[in-house]
Amino acid sequence: MNSLWSYLQANHAQLGRWTVATLWLSTAPLVTGLVAAVPVGWLASRNRVAALILLGGTGALYTVPSLVMFLTLPGLLGTRILDPINVAVALTIYSVALLTRTVTGALSAVPADVTGAATAVGYNRFQLLIAVQLPVALPVIAAGVRAAAVANVSLVSVASIIGTAQLGQLFVIGTNTGSLTPIVLGLLLFVALALVIDLAIVATARILTPWRQAATR
Amino acid sequence: MTEDAGNGLPGLHRVQIWLNDPGNWSGSEGMLARLGEHIEYTAVIIALAVLVAVPLGTAIGSTGRGTVAAAAAANALRAVPTLGLLVLLIVVVSPRVSIGAGIPGIIPSGGIPYFLPALLVLLILAVPPILTSTYAGIQAIDPAVRDAARGSGMTALHAAIRIELPCAIPVVMSGIRSATLQVIANLTVAAYAPLVGGLGRFIVDGDQNLSDPRFGYPAMIAAGLGIAALVVATDGALKALQRQISSPGIRIRPSKRPS
Repeated sequence: MNSLWSYLQANHAQLGRWTVATLWLSTAPLVTGLVAAVPVGWLASRNRVAALILLGGTGALYTVPSLVMFLTLPGLLGTRILDPINVAVALTIYSVALLTRTVTGALSAVPADVTGAATAVGYNRFQLLIAVQLPVALPVIAAGVRAAAVANVSLVSVASIIGTAQLGQLFVIGTNTGSLTPIVLGLLLFVALALVIDLAIVATARILTPWRQAATR
Repeated sequence: MTEDAGNGLPGLHRVQIWLNDPGNWSGSEGMLARLGEHIEYTAVIIALAVLVAVPLGTAIGSTGRGTVAAAAAANALRAVPTLGLLVLLIVVVSPRVSIGAGIPGIIPSGGIPYFLPALLVLLILAVPPILTSTYAGIQAIDPAVRDAARGSGMTALHAAIRIELPCAIPVVMSGIRSATLQVIANLTVAAYAPLVGGLGRFIVDGDQNLSDPRFGYPAMIAAGLGIAALVVATDGALKALQRQISSPGIRIRPSKRPS
């Protein structure tokens, strides 16, 4: 415990930069992925053929191992191998893949009488999606976002094998020096980060669905 | 490097040249040997994970005890980064294991201290999906089926093994499939442990000398293609196995997957 504290004190500037990088690398792709997954998932929830193609395609993308994805992207994008953009793009692809499935399922699960009633009072497709389907589906989508967030945080650490600068470097340093302190600190910081992001998603979902609290009160 | 993609790496066209060189396929460090190791490791780890998770999941599912604890443990484990756990075990366990010998053809001599951490980490990754799918599959069985089994005089154990588990096979197999894909993917991370073979060796070793056309970036991408092919083939094989071992009576049952 003492060595953890002194390690923190000795390296706080570096650790701060790495924490910010890790946070950015795991959350920015999540937001981008969600924004992309909503229209894609909406399309898949409305059309069987589109669902087959889109869910099959994104499902295949999700099975590509992260290390392979981090390495292939520089070849495809012409980026440098240490460029954090590779990690961001890879995690965006995974987030889109995971969340498309979630959004499709969540939108399909909105009761038909709810969408029928909204259509009957004159909502067009766009209004229906924004004002009715998404709010009703939000708790299910939030659950998917939480799963994607936890996966992203863990995947960021894998990118440190190829050398990107973030908290995963603590694992590399620990292995190279045979020292436990940075490894334990890294594990604690990664789990803490996953927890913080998870709580932020839960809080956001609560704020966005005030009627759920009203109903249970 | 003459053929540079502008980012200091040999271009992707180098991968095809790499794949066309028979020298890269043969030998104990060639693509085929590494692919064989990858398959061996995956088979051993999944077999062990099934041995642990299916009996435990069956017990949890048919008694209903421990569901909350199992779900909480599985969720908490997902937040722990695989790489972090691996290096923790390498630093803690490897120096304390002094087995110099190996297992001919599978583990090189001196490799056991590094195989143990990799094995443990991959087991921790593979057990939760199989465990949760087993108990969820058993809990999703129509209670009338269970009552009928008990009513015809079966003991609880007999009913669990002969009736409940076979009925849950499609759901259990979906857990085994996702665990297998996880293990195949994460064996690349496990290659971060020295002396652990498999296709991940090309990737971790290639990173030491990226611009090398033989052992660098092209080899890493070639290994990635090999892994992708293995994932597709394995998933297809497991789907076929699932159809084979599911009783015809439950094959058309709408899948009640836990959401």
